[in-house]
Amino acid sequence: MASSPSKPELSEFRAEASAWFSENIPAQPDFMMPLTFMEVGTDEQFDFLVSWQRKVYEAGYLGAAWPEEYGGRGLHQAFQDVATDVMRRQSSPIMLNTIGLNWAGPLILDMGTEEERRRYIPGILSAEDIWCQGFSEPENGSDLGNAQTKAVREGDEWVINGTKTWTTHGSYAKYMILLARSIPDTARKYAGLSFFLAPMRIPGVETQPIRKLTGEYGFTETYFTDARIPADSLMGEEGQGWAVAMRTLEYERSARGGQAGGLSIVAPDHSEVVELARRAKRGGRAAIEDPILRDKLVEFMIEAQGIALTNRRASIGPLVQDRPMSIPLSGKLMATEFTRRINEFAITLLGQAGAYAVGEPEAIDGGISQRAYLNAFSATIGGGTSQIQANIVAEHVLGLPKH
Amino acid sequence: MSERHGPLGLSEEQADLLQAASKYCEDKSSVEAVRNLLEDETGHDPATFSEMAELGWLGIAIPESYGGAGLGIAEVVPVVEQMGRRLMAGPFIPTTLAAQLLLVAGTEEQKAAVLPQLAGGAPATLMLAEPDSDLDAPTPQASATRKEGLLSLTGTKCLVVDAHIAQWAIVSVNLDGSPALILLDRQALEACSSRREIVVDETRRAFRLELQGVSVPETALLDPALTPAGLTRVALAGALFSAAEMCGGGQSCIDYTVSYLNSRKQFGRPIGSYQALKHTTVNAHVQLEQARSHLYAAAHTFETGEEGEVAVRMAKAAAGPALAFAADRSIQFHGGYGFTYACDAQLYRRRAIWGEAQFGDAVYQRRKLASLIL
Repeated sequence: MASSPSKPELSEFRAEASAWFSENIPAQPDFMMPLTFMEVGTDEQFDFLVSWQRKVYEAGYLGAAWPEEYGGRGLHQAFQDVATDVMRRQSSPIMLNTIGLNWAGPLILDMGTEEERRRYIPGILSAEDIWCQGFSEPENGSDLGNAQTKAVREGDEWVINGTKTWTTHGSYAKYMILLARSIPDTARKYAGLSFFLAPMRIPGVETQPIRKLTGEYGFTETYFTDARIPADSLMGEEGQGWAVAMRTLEYERSARGGQAGGLSIVAPDHSEVVELARRAKRGGRAAIEDPILRDKLVEFMIEAQGIALTNRRASIGPLVQDRPMSIPLSGKLMATEFTRRINEFAITLLGQAGAYAVGEPEAIDGGISQRAYLNAFSATIGGGTSQIQANIVAEHVLGLPKH
Repeated sequence: MSERHGPLGLSEEQADLLQAASKYCEDKSSVEAVRNLLEDETGHDPATFSEMAELGWLGIAIPESYGGAGLGIAEVVPVVEQMGRRLMAGPFIPTTLAAQLLLVAGTEEQKAAVLPQLAGGAPATLMLAEPDSDLDAPTPQASATRKEGLLSLTGTKCLVVDAHIAQWAIVSVNLDGSPALILLDRQALEACSSRREIVVDETRRAFRLELQGVSVPETALLDPALTPAGLTRVALAGALFSAAEMCGGGQSCIDYTVSYLNSRKQFGRPIGSYQALKHTTVNAHVQLEQARSHLYAAAHTFETGEEGEVAVRMAKAAAGPALAFAADRSIQFHGGYGFTYACDAQLYRRRAIWGEAQFGDAVYQRRKLASLIL
């Protein structure tokens, strides 16, 4: 691992990154930009974001902590954290290839073979190879271990049959991290699963866009009909798929570090909600003057600060020694539920203008609060619902029984 | 003391004290010991308190020149948190707060005479609350009048903790129309007529004192120019310690609940396998985790002016409701047993009610925060 940087080194890096982003962040295009990597639904959005990610990568602000031999810069993680923070502060457009950068990429670096790292990592960083995830199925969402998509070995190939859903970037992706059942009828359902780094642009793979509650697109349902993928698509051993998938979810939920970094979600910061409360009018006066809303707002600020401080506390050993996994395993639950609730509250601030939506010229801030609230469910449901997260915290942090 | 950077950090001394206090309080304050003291008139174990003084804990935030360790409020927090975790009784908090008040607003003579005693384990208390006191209007109803070099006191103070054992007390009064602080010794305290108040947290001892008939020399007056600063410091340090106690209590309350959810079976399953109980307990735990982050952030930034004040008020506003919720649900989840005096969940719930009533509850803190941060 790269050595720990000094404060001046980091400040210098921050200054360089800040200067680069302020010069290079593209002007707002004339089409609506996605709030998260999960709702890239048009080709113009896709092209715009691919070229932006490539530019950021080439400037050295993405995957900076990944090893040089696979296209990273081999720097200490602190540098990438600074770059990501600069992106957030300067409201950079999001990094499109989040599934590659933050889920599949660190997984391949962590558990993949040398051959797999060389083959896949550079394209993830440059956005040349877009990745998607094939875990959920129409009948198996939270119960991921029950996945029924079949993989059957025939000679040098695996033959895949089944349906995956909620495939972000399904119609754009070159590769999928795919969880499929290669051993039927095992005593434990988890034991029959295998994990594949599967090519998508092959015969027998079809995608159908899914329209989301916001009216936007970004997911597909993905159908495999006798799709033949090479034998070396298998990652790890046959039957180890569940363990690899669980490791992937740790990256997805940020319970484990090693991601390439970069911004993947434009989350209205809580200070923007305060600012909204100053501008939004309710009954002829600013929402912030309403004593009840004021108190609610303070409650949200306390919680926002509590979440930020809790993330910091995770790295202070003596303050997490009783339950070391508590903060990593509860982070997603805390943060996503908070985002949902604060966006819901933001709509309340708007009074009657809360009734407007994206596209209406009278909508405050283009209807971003309404859109952000409806979109927030993607995070409270995707990657394991909040209820599943609560089970995880209950069982793995507090030690409560499963059954 | 280490330099403070960022909103949250932990000094080496804090880490050492956390570890030492965690072990000490667990040893000295088992729940049996806590329960034995509930009906004890004194309400705490004086030998333990002396031992804590010998360990140097009463002098943590007192300068070395006055017999203390010369650390700060931040270093007191882990000790209070761990005491709270074990519901440990004793005059640690009032003595520490009295020392801070004296340190800020006392005269040089008072500090030199009294601070070494407090660091050495002489219990002390504060007499600030009154039957109708308003935290935002600190001019007390109790008053003092000057007469021939003496200050004659009158008025009523309530919720004075540990007045029965305090060797020293600082009382707030109205003197010539302004708030003033007066140092009382044991003799003056005994000149008050007093009655023990029945309080919800039975690990506490609190008293109502009538000041009528007490008179002390004018040298007992603290420095009038420093009095407002002293009162502000005590309000914030008090809120911080109260938050610390409640965060500590929350940790063991969750442990206590989890242990019952794992052992109690109904319909052939441990009740902790039911999600209605499981998820609620997770919510309580997560709320307490945030409260603890606020607590150590407030400890870390305590001396930084407005940033510190915001952090303390957030910590207090987070801790009270977090412990209250954890304990409230703990009672419920213990079912019929939860309704009995024998179940420990009530001890935590009572502690949360007490803690909320000390130094401003969550509603009060949020109101203060609104004007600080909005």
